[in-house]
Amino acid sequence: MAVNINEKVLDEILNSYPAKVKRMRKKHILLRDSSLAHQEIEANTRTVPGIMTNRGCAFAGCKGVVLGPLKDMVHIVHGPIGCAYYTWLTRRNKAIPKEPGKNYLTYCVSTDMQESDIVFGGEKKLARMIDEVVEIFKPNAITISATCPVGLIGDDIQAVAKAAQQKHGLNITAYNCEGYKGVSQSAGHHIANNGLMELVVGQGDWEEPPSKYTINILGEYNIGGDSWEVERVLKEIGYHVQAVMTGNGSYEDLKNAHVAELNLVQCHRSINYIADMLEKKYGTPWLKVNFIGIRATCESLRNMALYFGDEDLIQRTEEVIARELAVIEPQLEPYRKICAGKTTFCFVGGSRGHHYQGLYEELGIQTTLAGYEFAHRDDYEGRDVLPYIKPDADSKNIPELHVVPDERRYRLKLSKERAEVLKDIIPLSHYKGMNITMKDGSVIVDDMNHYETEEFIKTLKPDIYSSGIKDKYIPHKMGLPSKQLHNYDYSGPYAGFRGAVNFARDISMSFTTPTWNFIDPPWKSRPLLEGTIEKPGKEGEA
Amino acid sequence: MLDCTPKEIIERSGGVINPAKTCQPIGAMYAALGIHNCLPHSHGSQGCCSYHRMHLTRHFREPVMATTSSFTEGASVFGGVANLKTAIKNVFAIYNPDVMAVHTTCLSETIGDDIPTIIKSAEIPEGKLVIHANTPSYQGSHITGFSNMTKGMANYLAEATLEAKKEQVNIIPGFVNPGDMREIKRIVNLMGINFIMFPDTSGVLDSPMTGKFVMYPKGGVKVADLRDTGNSKLTVALGTYASSDAANQLERKCKVPAVTLKTPIGIKATDEFLMTLRQGFVKEVPYQLEEERGQLVDIMIDTHSHFHGKKVAIFGDPDIITGLTEFVLSLGMKPVYVLTGTPGGTIGGPQGMFEKEIKDMLGDAGIEGKVKSAGDLFELHQWIKNGPVDLLIGNTYGKYIARAEDIPFVRVGFPILDRSMHPYLPVVGYRGAMRLLELIGNALLDRADRDARDEDFELVM
Repeated sequence: MAVNINEKVLDEILNSYPAKVKRMRKKHILLRDSSLAHQEIEANTRTVPGIMTNRGCAFAGCKGVVLGPLKDMVHIVHGPIGCAYYTWLTRRNKAIPKEPGKNYLTYCVSTDMQESDIVFGGEKKLARMIDEVVEIFKPNAITISATCPVGLIGDDIQAVAKAAQQKHGLNITAYNCEGYKGVSQSAGHHIANNGLMELVVGQGDWEEPPSKYTINILGEYNIGGDSWEVERVLKEIGYHVQAVMTGNGSYEDLKNAHVAELNLVQCHRSINYIADMLEKKYGTPWLKVNFIGIRATCESLRNMALYFGDEDLIQRTEEVIARELAVIEPQLEPYRKICAGKTTFCFVGGSRGHHYQGLYEELGIQTTLAGYEFAHRDDYEGRDVLPYIKPDADSKNIPELHVVPDERRYRLKLSKERAEVLKDIIPLSHYKGMNITMKDGSVIVDDMNHYETEEFIKTLKPDIYSSGIKDKYIPHKMGLPSKQLHNYDYSGPYAGFRGAVNFARDISMSFTTPTWNFIDPPWKSRPLLEGTIEKPGKEGEA
Repeated sequence: MLDCTPKEIIERSGGVINPAKTCQPIGAMYAALGIHNCLPHSHGSQGCCSYHRMHLTRHFREPVMATTSSFTEGASVFGGVANLKTAIKNVFAIYNPDVMAVHTTCLSETIGDDIPTIIKSAEIPEGKLVIHANTPSYQGSHITGFSNMTKGMANYLAEATLEAKKEQVNIIPGFVNPGDMREIKRIVNLMGINFIMFPDTSGVLDSPMTGKFVMYPKGGVKVADLRDTGNSKLTVALGTYASSDAANQLERKCKVPAVTLKTPIGIKATDEFLMTLRQGFVKEVPYQLEEERGQLVDIMIDTHSHFHGKKVAIFGDPDIITGLTEFVLSLGMKPVYVLTGTPGGTIGGPQGMFEKEIKDMLGDAGIEGKVKSAGDLFELHQWIKNGPVDLLIGNTYGKYIARAEDIPFVRVGFPILDRSMHPYLPVVGYRGAMRLLELIGNALLDRADRDARDEDFELVM
C-alpha cells in the first residue's frame, strides 16, 4: 500500500487552521503505527464552532437512531416541527408489522410547538397529543422525545409521560434528548439506552427463553434489510432471535428481551450501554459480532457457536457457512476483478467505519483512511481503555443508569470458569476497537470535517469515498465515486452473505458506470482550428 | 400503507401528524446559498445544520455547504455568544466566503441570543460580511425562513445610492428550484429588461460536473448587485409568502416600489408576470414568448379532454400551490382539496389569507372545495378517504397517500427526494406550464392505460 502521508504532510494540512483549531484537531488524527505500544486518539469531545462537521445531535441519536425504528410504538416528538420532520422515513430502517396494520413508521407525530407554547409551556399540548395518538392509533406503546427548547423552557415530559401512562394504561416513556446535550448523536444513544433498559426491557412476563438458542441482536437497525439477511442465516443455524434493537424491532419483542441466553452487539457505539446493563441485571453476556463482510460474518457465527459450545450447533454452523459460501463465492468473482487494487476511505458513524473495512478488503479494496463521526475512544482503541477515559463536563451531563442484578431473573448464563476460557478465544463482552485492525500508515480521523475531507482526498487519492449524504456529492464533483454507508444509496441489504454480493455489485457499478467518461467535453482537448501545413516541394521528397 | 389512518376525522389540537411543512432555518439556509460566495451558518445545535444539509442535499443531489455554532449544554445555559464569535473567526479563516449568512434556530431564539450585537463585536476580516435573519422554528415554516433570510439580504445590503432609479427590476423568485430561477431569468432577458434576481441558487445548486469540487460555485447573486437592488425602479416579488417581505423591506428602506405577484406557475400567473414587466418598463412582449404562449394554449385546447372535470388534491408550499391551483382550474380540473402546512397569514398578524385567495379562485370556477393552511397530510389523507380524487399533486411525501389510495401522483414542490430532474426543469413560465401538462397528462393517461381492459386499451389517446 502506497500511502503518501507522514507527520510532515499531516502538519502541512493542519497548518491552514487557526492555531487553536490546529491544536485541537491534531489530537483527533492518527497515523497508524503498530510499532507503538498504544496510540491514543481524542474522541467524543466538542466540535469547534464554525467547523463543517458531519455530526448531528443527541435528538438524532435518540429518536432518529435508537427509538425511531421500533415499529409498533408511536414516537411523539415534542418540539417545533423540524426535528420530527427530518427523522420521518429518512433512515431506511425497514420494518414489517408483527400485527396487521400496527406499523407506525410512516407516521410523523410532532407537537409542532408554536411561540405561545415556548412562552407558556408545552406540557398541556403534549398531553393532548398523547390522548389523540391513543385514540387514533391505539399503539402498543408511546415514546416522547424532547427537542432543544423543551429543556430550556422546563417542560417536565417525564411527569407528562407518567400521568398519561396511568390514564391510558399504556407504556409511555419520555426521553430528555435535547439536541444540545453531549457533543454528538452519541449522547442520544445513551439516553435512549437508559430509557429502554429502565422502562421497556423486562416489562414482559416471560421467565424462560422460547428456545435453547435464544438471542437478541443489539445495535442492528435493519438499514436496507440488513437484519433480515442476518436473521435468515441465524434461523437456518437454529437460533431464535427474540429481539432486534432496534431495526424492525417492536415493543412486544423488546419487553421480553431479558430471556435471551446471549446478546449480540453489532453497533458497539450506539448500544453497548444496554448490552452492559443486560449483563449486570440478568447475567447475560454479550458478544461483539460483525455481520458486514464474509470473513467477519463467518467468524461471528463461529464465535456464537463456541459460546453455546454445543457440537450439533457448531456442526450446523459450519454446514450453513459452507453452503452460503458455495453460493456467493462464484458470484463475487467478477466483482473482485473490477475492485482489485483499489483504495477507499471509510468515514461513518460509530461502527461502520470499522465494519466495512473487512468487506472492502475481501473485494481487494484497501482502506487508507477511516474514522467515526461520533464514536468514543473505546471504539478506536478498544474497551481496555475505558478505565482511563476521563469524563468531561459534556459526558457528565448524560445520566448513568446504575443497574443491579434482578433478584428474580438474574441467572448466570456461563460459569465464571467457562467465561474466562471463552474470553481468550472470542470477544465476549469485549470490543477491541478499530485501530488495531488498520494497516500501518493508514490515517484514522475522528469527527472528520469538510476541510480535512478535501485535503485527505487530495493527498491519499482514494478510488472511492464512503461516508454519508452530506459529503456524498463532494467527491462526485471531483470525479471520484462515493458510497453512502449510512443508507447504502437506497440499496442493500449489505450484511451477511447475500449482502456482500449486493455490496460488491454496487461498488463495482460505481467504478464501471460509463457516466464518468463524459466529464471532459471533447472541445477541451481538441483545438478549434485544425489543418495541416503544406510542405514545400513534391510529395515524397524529403 | 398508512393503514392506521382512519376515515373518521376527529378534532385535533395536540400538534401535527405527517406535516406539510418544516422549520424556518432550512429555508434560510436555502436562500443564503443563493448569494455568490456565501456560507450559510446555523446558530444552534449541530443537529439542525446536519438535518438541513441532509435534506437539501437529498433534494438537489448537490453538495450543500453550511456551518454550525455547535451548541453544547453550556452554551445553552450561558448563551451562544462565544460559539458564534468563534464560528465567525473559524469560518473566515478556514472556508473563506465573502459573506457568512447566520440564521437562528429554536434553541438560540429561546435563549434569546442577540445576533446583531454579537456580529458587531465579532472579528470579521476586512471586506467580508456577516448578515443574519431570525428564524425561530416555532414560528412559520421553511417558507417564512426563506422569506426572512431574503429580507435580511435587503436589510443588510440594499442601498439607494442614486437620485434617480435605474431602469432595472429586482426579481425575488421565492422558494423555487434553480431550474425555475433560470427560466424566470430567461423570460426577463427576453423582455429586454435589466434585472437583479435575489436570491439566485441557479449555478449553485445545479452546478455542472467539471471534475473539480469548488466550495462556492459560479452562481448566486453578487453582493454588489444586492447593494444595487436599492437603485432599481421596481421590485417584483413572486409569491406572497416567500418573497413579499423582502420587497416591502426594499420599498421601506430604499423607496423601490414593490409589486407582489403569484409565483408564475400556469398561464394566468405567467401572463400577469409578463404584463407587469411590460407595463412597468414599457417593453413589448417579444414574439418568442408569444409563440411559447400560443404553443401552450394550443396543447391545452387539444388535450383538454385529458384533464377536464378531474378532481385534484394539491398540497405543498403556499406560493407554489396557489399557482398550481390556478393552472389546474385553467385546464377545467377540479382542485377539491388544497392544503399547506405553512400558516396562511403573517407571523403575529392576521391569518386566513391563503384560504381566502384559494376559495375565491374555486368560487369563481363554481367549485366547492376544502382549503386549509397550517394543515397536515394526515388530515388531507382523511379528506381523500371521505371523498376520492383522480390525482394528487405535491412533494415526495405524497407518495404514501397515493399508494394507500391508489391515486395517480405528480411530484411538484419541495422536497422531492425520490426522483431526480425536478431541480433542473422548471414549472414556471409558459414552458414550465407545458412541463406540468406533460407530468399531469402522463400520470392520468398512464393510469387509464393501466386500468383499461384489453378491449378498451387504446393506441391513440
